[in-house]
Amino acid sequence: MSASAEPQAAPRHSLPEGGPAHGPAAFLALLLGVLGSSMSRYIARRVGWGIFLLFVVSALTFLIFYVFPSADPAALRAGRQANPQLIAQIRHALGLDDPLYEQYWIYLKGIFLHFNLGYSYQNNVSVTSQILTRLPVTISLTVGAFVVWIAIGIPLGILSAIRRHSTVDRSTMGLALLAISAPVYWLGLIVLLLFADDIGKVHLLPGAGSYVPITHDPTQWFLSLLMPWFVLAASFAAIYARMVRGNLIEVMGEDYIRTARAKGLSERRVILRHGVRAAITPVVTLAGLDLGILLGGAVLTETVFNIPGIGRYAYDSIVNSDLPAIQGTVLFGAFFIIVMNIVVDVLYAFLDPRVRY
Amino acid sequence: MALLEIEDLRVRFQTRDGVVRAVEGVSLSLDRGRTLGIVGESGSGKSVTALTVMGLSRLPNATVEGRVLFDGLDLLALPLEELALYRGKRIGMIFQDPMSSLHPLYKVGWQIVEAIRAHEDVSKSAARRRARDALAEVGIPNPSERLDSYPHELSGGMRQRVMIAMALVLDPDVLIADEPTTALDVTVQVQILDLVRRLQAERGAAVLLITHDLGVVAETADEVAVMYAGRVVELGRMETILGAPEHPYTWGLIESLPRLGDARGARLHPIAGQPPSLIHVPSGCPFHPRCPHAFAVCPEVEPPLLPSGPGHVVACHLAPAARRRIGLALRSAATGGSVG
Repeated sequence: MSASAEPQAAPRHSLPEGGPAHGPAAFLALLLGVLGSSMSRYIARRVGWGIFLLFVVSALTFLIFYVFPSADPAALRAGRQANPQLIAQIRHALGLDDPLYEQYWIYLKGIFLHFNLGYSYQNNVSVTSQILTRLPVTISLTVGAFVVWIAIGIPLGILSAIRRHSTVDRSTMGLALLAISAPVYWLGLIVLLLFADDIGKVHLLPGAGSYVPITHDPTQWFLSLLMPWFVLAASFAAIYARMVRGNLIEVMGEDYIRTARAKGLSERRVILRHGVRAAITPVVTLAGLDLGILLGGAVLTETVFNIPGIGRYAYDSIVNSDLPAIQGTVLFGAFFIIVMNIVVDVLYAFLDPRVRY
Repeated sequence: MALLEIEDLRVRFQTRDGVVRAVEGVSLSLDRGRTLGIVGESGSGKSVTALTVMGLSRLPNATVEGRVLFDGLDLLALPLEELALYRGKRIGMIFQDPMSSLHPLYKVGWQIVEAIRAHEDVSKSAARRRARDALAEVGIPNPSERLDSYPHELSGGMRQRVMIAMALVLDPDVLIADEPTTALDVTVQVQILDLVRRLQAERGAAVLLITHDLGVVAETADEVAVMYAGRVVELGRMETILGAPEHPYTWGLIESLPRLGDARGARLHPIAGQPPSLIHVPSGCPFHPRCPHAFAVCPEVEPPLLPSGPGHVVACHLAPAARRRIGLALRSAATGGSVG
């Protein structure tokens, strides 16, 4: 932290007196200023690292698939009437008899030149198109769950912090512990057994496999996703409530909260504008990362509720030893995580002025 | 009646280890244009006393008794929402650590504007102009630009100036300064004290100055209350307390100061022992375990605060004549040196 009396000079102060200049030269200077700012340099560096990381992820997935024992994709493809000749033929057609580095090189070329993640060993369908068709499904699930857990977790966390040791606090934290401990696949099955309109005790909501696109039937889309949203959101809401509570309790003991009270602000304003504002910054970071992870596919939730998203696709391709599909989903997931990481870091600089790159 | 009257204030905190008796029957009064210094070691109850005036010690585990009369109105009896009308508006407060007392995520201009608009229905731009003027008044260069600075972009002294600007922007009748210079460099301390003194002289506000530093008191205060274990043990005019103190604890405070005349390497004379736990306060006079002059009655009976001279009260069992003799001897020993 700087102890200097002089604040860092903002770029705009370097403009000549008498207001901003005009003309192409000034525009160029401004453009260079933005491009040369520490923030854009930082972003460029992070993007570079992100691309490098994606290389590493793809190479590792490739290696793991070949090093660890898995079913022979050619044998799987050959089906029931398989004979060595057919398998060899398929192996050659899929390029599996090429050296490993050559296979990897072809794969990379496909991605960079044609945004082509390859074709499924299983049914020869383009992995890229499979993922892109499934992306809206995963986005529907993830973003909906995100809204639910933010809307539940943050207010409950605030309430628990300011009414510490009250009934609200104790019951929220008790429930939170339950929600964190309950695995999604277990919670999902319980909820289905209770509320699904086919197997449930109460026929309340459409159950597993009932997903339809929002463009097809918005009401059905909403109803079919209600249970998955809440099931996926449960543990996140619990974690966020605990985190907000902990942060806010700590912040409310800070000297600047005392200052805010001494200014004569209402307690509501002290809590929301001064307390929550400071307590929420780490939560935003976490939220961005969680969102990135889930956008790569909420595997368990999509599997339990049979939702045709990227997570379900990843699950199926692992079961089928379908390397191009596994590669594609892993890379896609890594891509979202890396992107959200960068987004979160940039956001952090806006949320906390003390952060400098 | 004085502007601010603290009457028999008692503050206790229920903790896991027991009841902390932070303030035990403190009575003080402060008039317009005057500065009352409260001195004492950490844990003497001086900060809690100041915070209680503002209702800032209203915690779930606290019990507060007594009265804090501001302009004749008991602030302790006010509900929080009504007390908020006085906080900042009639009574301003600055704190020990300007590093942590400003919100790190808001610009200083925003924070001052917020204080103004909490009490006065003025436009944002008008409030901003006043905030800028307030920054200029406390000696911050380029105030218009500083409005858009974040606290971490300012030095400690500048931040304390911002705190003072924020506390004084609404022209309060009372300024409570809780160790305002403790966290600052010595040269900056002097500047901040000069600033407080100047603003007080200009506005005629009453100042309640909490400090452990007798030097600060000597520079600033008209009257001094010496606190020990949650009690006022001696109270009088600054010249009396520093020149002819009559309480053994005050003697200890003065003797523990380094003096300019001291030989290099001379030992300091700290008060023996530790400040008492406020959970298990010693019987009788709470200072008796550390007092070199204690005798039979001291552990038995708590000495009442009795007048010893004009405007001078002392809580001590020693005979007044003996106290004056020791106090004056102390003064002659200090001759040639500075109490700061």
